[in-house]
Amino acid sequence: MATEHAPTASEYIVHHLTFLTNKKQVGLVDWSVLHLDSLFFSIGLGLLAVFLMARLAARATSGVPGRFQAAVEIIVEMVADQAKGIVHSPKSREFVAPLALTVFVWIFLMNAMDLLPVDLLPLIGNAIGVHYLRVVPTADLNATLGMSSAVLLLCLYYSVKIKGLGHWIHELFTAPFGAHPLLWPVNFAMQMIEFLAKTVSHGMRLFGNMYAGELIFMLIALMGAAWAGTVGSGLLWIGGVIAGTLWAIFHILIITLQAFIFMMLTLVYVGQAHESH
Amino acid sequence: MEQVVGFVALAAGLIIGLGAAGACIGIGIMGSRFLESSARQPELMNTLQTKMFLLVGLIDAAFIIGTGIALWYTTANPFIK
Repeated sequence: MATEHAPTASEYIVHHLTFLTNKKQVGLVDWSVLHLDSLFFSIGLGLLAVFLMARLAARATSGVPGRFQAAVEIIVEMVADQAKGIVHSPKSREFVAPLALTVFVWIFLMNAMDLLPVDLLPLIGNAIGVHYLRVVPTADLNATLGMSSAVLLLCLYYSVKIKGLGHWIHELFTAPFGAHPLLWPVNFAMQMIEFLAKTVSHGMRLFGNMYAGELIFMLIALMGAAWAGTVGSGLLWIGGVIAGTLWAIFHILIITLQAFIFMMLTLVYVGQAHESH
Repeated sequence: MEQVVGFVALAAGLIIGLGAAGACIGIGIMGSRFLESSARQPELMNTLQTKMFLLVGLIDAAFIIGTGIALWYTTANPFIK
């Protein structure tokens, strides 16, 4: 830590909120900056999920399934049921269901990083010379908006592929208010606003939940530390431990729910793009 | 400078408070409707529950995004250098 004296509360929080970047961020929008920690953890967890699933698929038995296989079967069945509920044509489901499974498992793993103690990985990082580390990739607006804009690009690609470019452009100008030429600009503006609102809210919802959750973990850690420092504290720091445990238990619901919601909305958006009228 | 920090603190409180009021009223109403309908038709309880959890996430979106922004204002205040 750069500062000799113990970090003040806001220094502690600001330190834990800065990313590991390859260069200083200059403007508000600076494309050359890479958040190395978000990239490392997201890619790492993605590869881990793919490796585990592939290894399991290779050794899947129709006999008595092992615990891990039973767990994966439950997840796959849940995703398949949700996909059947939303996307009705089996042909388009061939792509959408695996996408939903990937999104669910990947985001769940990234969210689950939030359950690790706040200072665990940053301290390990400090030991090997990495002074700034953000552990939860989904608490990084760039990551979540990146995912939601990827979903938007998928929607655009599949609407053109399924509906055909001409039909899709026609729909851009005639939905939702009808084909009267006077309404064309209104329709087009509505469609653009819809695309923008869907993508931004889709990404920011996940970011907001994870960012607020992570920050509350930090505040609890601060509270625990502050209480431990009080005169005659003795066992007061246990309050921080209890609060942290309670919030972690509640956060397990938030983690699963947000991954589920991101998956459902991906299903809905890409499923909509697949419907050809 | 103190004035700005004071106003930002007020703003953060308002953001979280108003967002929480709206989200909780919405979820409360939806929860009561869910309980009524699952009491009337228990066999639909599972599908309704999945839909309810999806809607809780959607209703919470604006509130949580507001809380995220308010927490960002309080920790790394963009209004002061």
